[in-house]
Amino acid sequence: MKYVYKLNNLCCASCAAKIEIAVNKIEGVVSAKVIFMTQRLTFEADEADSGRIEPMIEKAVKRIEPDVKLRRE
Amino acid sequence: MFGAAEITRIVVSGILLVIGVFADVDDTITLAVFATSYIVVGYPVFIRFLKAIYYRQPFDENFLMTIASLGAFAIGEAPEGIAILLFYQVGELFEKYAVDRSRRSISSLTDLLPENVNLLKDGEVIISEPEDVCIGDLVLVRPGERIPLDGTVAEGSSMVDTSSITGESVPRRASVGDAVLSGCISTNGVLTVRVTSLYADSTASRIISMIEDAYGAKSKSENFVTKFARYYTPVVVLSAILLAIIPPLILSASFEVWIYRALTFLVISCPCALVISIPLAFFGGIGGASRMGILVKGGNYLEALAGVDTVMFDKTGTLTEGTFKVERIMPSGIAEEDLLKVAAHAEFHSNHPIAVSVREAYGKEIDGSAVGAVEEVAGKGVVAEVYGQEVLVGNESHLSEAGIVFERSGEFGTIIYVSIDGIYKGCLAISDRIRYDSVPAVSMLKDAGIKDVAMLTGDISTAGEHVAGSLGINMVYTDLLPQDKIRIVEQLLSEGRAVAFVGDGINDAPSLARSDVGIAMGAMGSDAAIEAADIVIMDDMPSKVPIAIKIAKKTRTISIENIVFAIGIKILFLALGALGYITLVEAVFADVGVAVIAIMNSVRTLRTSKLTSQLKALEPS
Repeated sequence: MKYVYKLNNLCCASCAAKIEIAVNKIEGVVSAKVIFMTQRLTFEADEADSGRIEPMIEKAVKRIEPDVKLRRE
Repeated sequence: MFGAAEITRIVVSGILLVIGVFADVDDTITLAVFATSYIVVGYPVFIRFLKAIYYRQPFDENFLMTIASLGAFAIGEAPEGIAILLFYQVGELFEKYAVDRSRRSISSLTDLLPENVNLLKDGEVIISEPEDVCIGDLVLVRPGERIPLDGTVAEGSSMVDTSSITGESVPRRASVGDAVLSGCISTNGVLTVRVTSLYADSTASRIISMIEDAYGAKSKSENFVTKFARYYTPVVVLSAILLAIIPPLILSASFEVWIYRALTFLVISCPCALVISIPLAFFGGIGGASRMGILVKGGNYLEALAGVDTVMFDKTGTLTEGTFKVERIMPSGIAEEDLLKVAAHAEFHSNHPIAVSVREAYGKEIDGSAVGAVEEVAGKGVVAEVYGQEVLVGNESHLSEAGIVFERSGEFGTIIYVSIDGIYKGCLAISDRIRYDSVPAVSMLKDAGIKDVAMLTGDISTAGEHVAGSLGINMVYTDLLPQDKIRIVEQLLSEGRAVAFVGDGINDAPSLARSDVGIAMGAMGSDAAIEAADIVIMDDMPSKVPIAIKIAKKTRTISIENIVFAIGIKILFLALGALGYITLVEAVFADVGVAVIAIMNSVRTLRTSKLTSQLKALEPS
């Protein structure tokens, strides 16, 4: 299943790259992508895992750029 | 735009800085003024720095700027410490402004769908969501509203503005029976539209998802820059530490001098200029192209297009309009009317545009019961049983392979020969109009630096070469079967050419996928062609191909300029900083200035007004 999140306040392009690397490392995430220009994070994951993955993404994003707000689309 | 609070902070801090530098007062007071100025301008940076430490990820530009400015304070260069933060934040504001502006101008492109639909049920209007509308439902579109889903006009007429879908600026008239696309605006009349596709399959939502996905496919330059940034900052910070420690120990020089030089390193170590400006250039290129009705499915394709040297066109439906008309009927031992009748019946089941034109020329009801077994020979014609007789309708090779004796016609255009029970009965000359902008498209391609333009067609050589000659195309491949097209694409690729293939039909899909860049004609084109293509031209104008190439080349030039400029300046300033030739303030200027210049350079890719006026000049008066 494909998940799309909006990253509001994402205003640093190298942080976007860091977030992409961090989310890709989360177990259960297949091919994550952060697009700086559209402020979107998209990734593939098993539906059963999504509940576990979301808080981990939240944590990874907060660590890299604390001002970013994560919102499911 | 610029946040008022941020501007106030920067101005207040700047004034305090000037006072501190020029006021002739006690040292403690001066220091107090500097400290206030420093805190006013720097506290958001410090907060982000502390937050980053809390999250154990302190290695970002807030860290660099905090350390650099504190270091400047520590070695007694307070004004420079303040200046670092001032310019850094001015630069950030500029960056944010430029990025926001581009984001906004791009998001207006995807603003194609109305949130609500006026669904008509039993004569009553029900407001509902576009997702809930089914095929066959009627929706009401009032003047000024966007058409929510693809459909055909069931009632009313209006001038429809298709510019956001096709880039075509002249409104088109739509009345009962006409097909209308979602995302277009009905300008002056009320339309009742019978929906023909679901929300997810509608043109507008497909365009939206294509544009959004496009930014995900990153170009090589973008990937290079991301990789570069990942190593650049740590390397520079490490060198800064070494620079601060080793020379004083070895040369027993003063720590202060070398710490100062190390601080200039920290200031220059931010890769922002590159990391923002390169994706921004591609973002702008893709956005500018889609504003002109050219959908590019990713930065990588835009990059590939810039390197193309050979453009191949499929003839029918691409260089020509693809709407055929029977021009002349030349019977041989049969009445004109009967020849047409037999041919139309034989082509009864075929959807080929030529078959459609034959049936249209016949113009009467076709008696389906008269048509027996039909075999379609791809690229050649049909063998059909009509009124119990074996009828062959097709091109030269179709008949000659069946061993039928006939006379070749000298007519231009596509010639369809007909035989009944093995005996030649005459031929039909079918023509297809060349698009009005095909001739300028070819010369524009040459201007854009394309070495060769090729045309591929299933037509016989006389007809194909006649069309190619009138277009000024130097490479012509005729008498092709659908499977031959991909063979020619592969042949040109093996010659080391970078090939763009422009086509529209289902049989073009393999060639679109195989070529370096596949360009599909969107309005005419089949879904398979649009899926397989890397670039889609929404209004089918061949002249959009050179326009797309120009946009691609401009984008590539700008991104190369930025990479060379930004890396060059940084290395120069690192060298100068290590040798002690620049001050901290100059280092900040180099860092922020480079970022601002690179970003402004990137934003140029969004500008397309010159190209639009070039296209306008082509329009027939």
